[in-house]
Amino acid sequence: MKITRKDFLRFSGLALLAVAGRRAVRAVGERASAPPAKPVRWGMVIDLQKCRQKDGCDRCIKACHSTHNVPQFADRAHEVKWIWKEPFQNVFPAAQTDYTREFYGNLPVLLACNHCDDPPCQDVCPVDATWRREDGVVTIDWHRCIGCRYCMAACPYGARSFNWQDPRPAIATVNPDFPTRTKGVVEKCNFCEERLAKGLGPACVESCEEKAIAFGDLERPDSEVRQVLRSRFAVQRQPELGTGPSVYYLV
Amino acid sequence: MSDRPLILAGLTLFVGVVATPIWHGALDRKAALTAPPIKLPAREKQCVAPASYMRSSHMQLLGNWRDEVVRDGRRQLVASNGKIYDKDLTRTCLTQCHTDRKEFCERCHDYAGVSNPDCWDCHNGPQLAFRSTP
Repeated sequence: MKITRKDFLRFSGLALLAVAGRRAVRAVGERASAPPAKPVRWGMVIDLQKCRQKDGCDRCIKACHSTHNVPQFADRAHEVKWIWKEPFQNVFPAAQTDYTREFYGNLPVLLACNHCDDPPCQDVCPVDATWRREDGVVTIDWHRCIGCRYCMAACPYGARSFNWQDPRPAIATVNPDFPTRTKGVVEKCNFCEERLAKGLGPACVESCEEKAIAFGDLERPDSEVRQVLRSRFAVQRQPELGTGPSVYYLV
Repeated sequence: MSDRPLILAGLTLFVGVVATPIWHGALDRKAALTAPPIKLPAREKQCVAPASYMRSSHMQLLGNWRDEVVRDGRRQLVASNGKIYDKDLTRTCLTQCHTDRKEFCERCHDYAGVSNPDCWDCHNGPQLAFRSTP
């Protein structure tokens, strides 16, 4: 069979039309079906004004540390902490002037793991013992941690602690529902993922009488955290590093 | 030819020494193969899986639980009998059934000659009886 030039052009045009038609049908189909729901991304907003209301209040720290069997060592070199306080000038060194330092410099700021969008601790872990879950929680598999402490060096927020010795003797009362750790592993705040799995909020949020800590899904526009972030100006710790912290501060 | 008694005696001695484990085992009554007396759970009669499977593969089961809970957030197990269990070493295994690790876990591990598990270094037993590590 011999194909004339006219036939060839005709077939080519038909083929192109068919491909374009298929694409159009598929595009319309995708538009019709609902867009895939965005996964949860847990986040936290800490209102420092409310946090300061009661001088020296450490209810949230106590609640967290007793819930998660965090050891209390007298020696600061062995300190293990999931949530703690630092003076404002150390936490936000660039966010002040000589004159604001006078008032703000030594005010306490509540700190914990920032559960970064792009966590540097995950990138450096040689054994995949720490990773960002789909819901934004950066978590540790203590079975797998080899205690190399690369993650501690990589974390710009100092959120991670190392167990230099057996933590159990330094735990006043053990919460049987949460494992203790062992000598030689790194630990940090886990956004209470074990409580989230049961539908509860984080222990620090629930323990705060001043309601200084808001917690919720950053991807949901009507969540509590998003409402707070819409109504007031909030800052993250060292956003210029590109880690994308999930913890925000209302100063 | 005159060496024959010497060679035979040497051979007998050699075979005897090489076969030490066999005749020692045969003479020693304590080495008889009897399963160690383990303390079975008082209330519960049904484990999360058949006993034969648990006997041979509990370490794989616990390892899978660990990965599923920690990595994938799958915290519940639907057992073959339809019951739903939490994949929780402390609350499911150690609190409800195997409350005495010395009488259950360690006795069998000692018998089988495998090192004792280090689960309790972190996971809490019911009496919080921590292993005393120096």
